[in-house]
Amino acid sequence: MTNLKNFTKGFVQENPVFVLFLGLCPTLGTTTSAINGMGMGLATTFVLLGSNVVVSLIKDFIPDKVRIPSFIVIIASFVTVVELSMQAYVPALFDTLGLFIPLIVVNCIVLGRAEAFASKNSVGKSAIDGLGMGFGFTMALMILGGVREILGSGSIFGFKFIEGDGMLLFVLAPGAFIALGYLIMLMQKLKAKSTKLTESQELYLKETSLHNSDKLNN
Amino acid sequence: MEFIIIVISAIFVNNIVLTKFLGICPFIGVSNKVETAIGMSGAVMFVMVLATMVTYLIQVYVLVPLGIGFLQTITFILIIASLVQMVEIMLKKVSPSLFQALGIFLPLITTNCAVLGVAILSVQNDYNLLEGVVFAAATAVGFGLSLIIFSSIREHLDLMNIPKAMKGVPIAFIVAGLLAMAFMGFAGIV
Repeated sequence: MTNLKNFTKGFVQENPVFVLFLGLCPTLGTTTSAINGMGMGLATTFVLLGSNVVVSLIKDFIPDKVRIPSFIVIIASFVTVVELSMQAYVPALFDTLGLFIPLIVVNCIVLGRAEAFASKNSVGKSAIDGLGMGFGFTMALMILGGVREILGSGSIFGFKFIEGDGMLLFVLAPGAFIALGYLIMLMQKLKAKSTKLTESQELYLKETSLHNSDKLNN
Repeated sequence: MEFIIIVISAIFVNNIVLTKFLGICPFIGVSNKVETAIGMSGAVMFVMVLATMVTYLIQVYVLVPLGIGFLQTITFILIIASLVQMVEIMLKKVSPSLFQALGIFLPLITTNCAVLGVAILSVQNDYNLLEGVVFAAATAVGFGLSLIIFSSIREHLDLMNIPKAMKGVPIAFIVAGLLAMAFMGFAGIV
């Protein structure tokens, strides 16, 4: 597998959120806005990169029987680093994300990549894999956060483009589930059609134009 | 009175799955059948109460006196992981029938963020030991309630005529959204 493919596989084909359904708790819990989603995604990316590199470095010294606990300790150390640095430098974001920062420890993607990839591959490859998966996760969180922010408060990255409040539902808990449900549906639809490339492109174009015309009408 | 408020709030108002988004993985993963949902809820209840108790004691008698509160995340996850392992070994010896019922769910619980989340929350909320245990038990009941309702709806969904792209996980999320909307009705009770 080439490095480029290794890097980009987390974006669409093996996207942690939309395809593998991993790490759903922070995905739903922190995406009230695009910027929150991005913060959470980048924090997870850092942990993913760090744990992948360290696991790959010491994979030959860890006895097979205790590898899962060792991975968890490594991950937990990186999470503590993220937790303390965020508390010091971005306290506002730290307060909004709250409980979900320590909970990166139990995020299935991080342990999953350590077990499935970093414990079998070289340091460089593991780093690329960690970065790629992390960016895929960040991207998914930003898309979900963006959709919820546009529908819920009529703004994107804090820039308001619709007067009024928008649909409050999408900022609250039910909106998270419903928005993610429809996004996964869209992803499955696109995947099913990806064999007929032109058709899927047409669908995409149609949807974006529909979306744009909706926005114009508003 | 204090305890009643904690219980009602943990089960209905701040339901761990539908309003706090913790424990979504088992919520989506093992909710295909009502039977497995009941087994999972039982296992979560068991581990959650035990983990909250032990982590509380460690927090109060080890981490705080030594001034190493920043090690909370590492300590708690290690305690939970070893606790789950221990419970598994003990159950196998003491009560094989209970082990049969809960056994396959136990390893999954280590990575269930609800358990770690409740342990951290009860420390953050300054509960004492008894309040913490009540909070953990009530949260587990709330988890079980939403999981069992959800799984019984999903059993019916299998028989429905659903658009192809919606089958499986997407429709499950929409149902979860509707359930969350229903649980929003409890807001303001306490």
